[in-house]
Amino acid sequence: MALQSSMRWRYLKEGLFFGLVRLSAFVITAALGGLLFYIIFNGLGAISWDFLTLAPTDSMTKGGIMPAILGTVYLTLGAIAIALPLGIVSAIYLTEYARQGPLVRVIRIGVNCLAGVPSIVFGLFGLGLFVVFLQFGSCILSGALTLGILILPTIIGASEEALKGVPQTFREASLALGVSKWQTIYRIVLPSALPGILTGSILGIGRAAGETAPIMFTAAAFFTAKLPSSIFDEVMALPFHVYVLATAGTHIEATRPIQFGTVLVLVGLVLVVDLIAIIIRSTIRKRKRW
Amino acid sequence: MEDNRVIKTKDVNFYYGKFRALTDISMDFEKNRVTALIGPSGCGKSTLLRLLNRMNDLIDGTRVEGEVLFEGMNIYDPDVDPVEIRRRIGMVFQKPNPFPKSIFNNITYGPRLAGLSDRVELEALAEQSLKQAVLWDEVKDILGQSAMMLSGGQQQRLCIARALAMKPDVLLMDEPTSALDPISTAKIEELIQDLKRQYTIIIVTHNMQQAARISDRTGFFYIGKLIEYSATEKIFTRPDIKQTEDYITGRFG
Repeated sequence: MALQSSMRWRYLKEGLFFGLVRLSAFVITAALGGLLFYIIFNGLGAISWDFLTLAPTDSMTKGGIMPAILGTVYLTLGAIAIALPLGIVSAIYLTEYARQGPLVRVIRIGVNCLAGVPSIVFGLFGLGLFVVFLQFGSCILSGALTLGILILPTIIGASEEALKGVPQTFREASLALGVSKWQTIYRIVLPSALPGILTGSILGIGRAAGETAPIMFTAAAFFTAKLPSSIFDEVMALPFHVYVLATAGTHIEATRPIQFGTVLVLVGLVLVVDLIAIIIRSTIRKRKRW
Repeated sequence: MEDNRVIKTKDVNFYYGKFRALTDISMDFEKNRVTALIGPSGCGKSTLLRLLNRMNDLIDGTRVEGEVLFEGMNIYDPDVDPVEIRRRIGMVFQKPNPFPKSIFNNITYGPRLAGLSDRVELEALAEQSLKQAVLWDEVKDILGQSAMMLSGGQQQRLCIARALAMKPDVLLMDEPTSALDPISTAKIEELIQDLKRQYTIIIVTHNMQQAARISDRTGFFYIGKLIEYSATEKIFTRPDIKQTEDYITGRFG
């Protein structure tokens, strides 16, 4: 009898615990789902072919957001193009070449701190270095560089984890065949780590596309109907456009649908880019199985 | 006078940081012979093996004293390129470690990066290496498939074939059968017997029957020291030193 009641108590505890775990999973999903639903519900009405392909008109209360979409695409791609190679190379240095010691520890702490720096600080840094000091001006290049630095820690961190995840036996097998260290990294280690590195860059893409503060002073224009013709042109960008419409516009209430529509486009854009990265990742994974 | 000794170590000491893993090892390894290194776990036999093709270089904080002479040249000389050494002294590891590539690409990976690019030559080399490793008949129709699909024993023979494709002079084997079943083990032991006609083989093993079966000479290690080194037959029948006898008869270990 005593045994039975103690078992019952255990089952009760187990049930309670599982309930809590399920609840937290549900809360997280619900929060995300709610957010998406809210955006879609409010923004879907604004979406139309014209909205996606035309420039804003009538003091940005009508028309589309084409320049902002293009601007965000350019800025995000630019940031990835800058941060991905730099981040991967840094991670290779940190995991494969650098002697593990105080120096590497300091670098690693530095990278982690960089990840925690508020994005407005990156914005000011970009303004100081790229816009003013290097005289690039407020343009795609400055914005992409600033966003690139912003997502660098994410990419370094993910790349390091991915490189560390490659079995040591692969490196040994290759080196024991009289293959040089660089060739071993290039031919064996990097291909095996690529899926993990791509996961990191997916996170980076999301962040680069969505950040407002870093591009506010470095790349984003309040309004420009003309599409950029070079990397030294200022562009509109989706997050900044929302910010502008919601805080500084002349008809804040009247442009609510446009704001939601813009947010929806931004979320959709990030989703599409993520999807592409995920597809690339899974094809690589299928090819390289161990 | 022809020197039969391919590798000689002279008073080799090896340190992991402050820990001395090997003490005053002086040992000769003869050409076309199988030399077995035996001893309890942590006795330094694998460390010594990895010292012979500079694989210990990969570990931070290690230090070597003394000389390791390969054909009369000290491989720890600052001018010596470890990559070149590893091409001449191949290695097979404890756990089969094929690359996540096709069987063909596993074999040709090393030679290709060493500069061989002719497709016909590469194919001939792959066939020859796989035949040497007695794997050809099992894989000749599936060369394009992933090496990861092979069984453990096949993978290990693939790793041997991969090492042989570099045409090394010496083959180091670090407990090559410890992760394999008895049938695969028997195949690999047979293979080692064939290979010694062309190669010098140094093998670390925990399995004393294996050492007795396949080796010509055996070295017994204990706590970083070479306790006894002589003909395998002698070691296993009338060892000079009590510790050796105790170990091979299973009285300690």
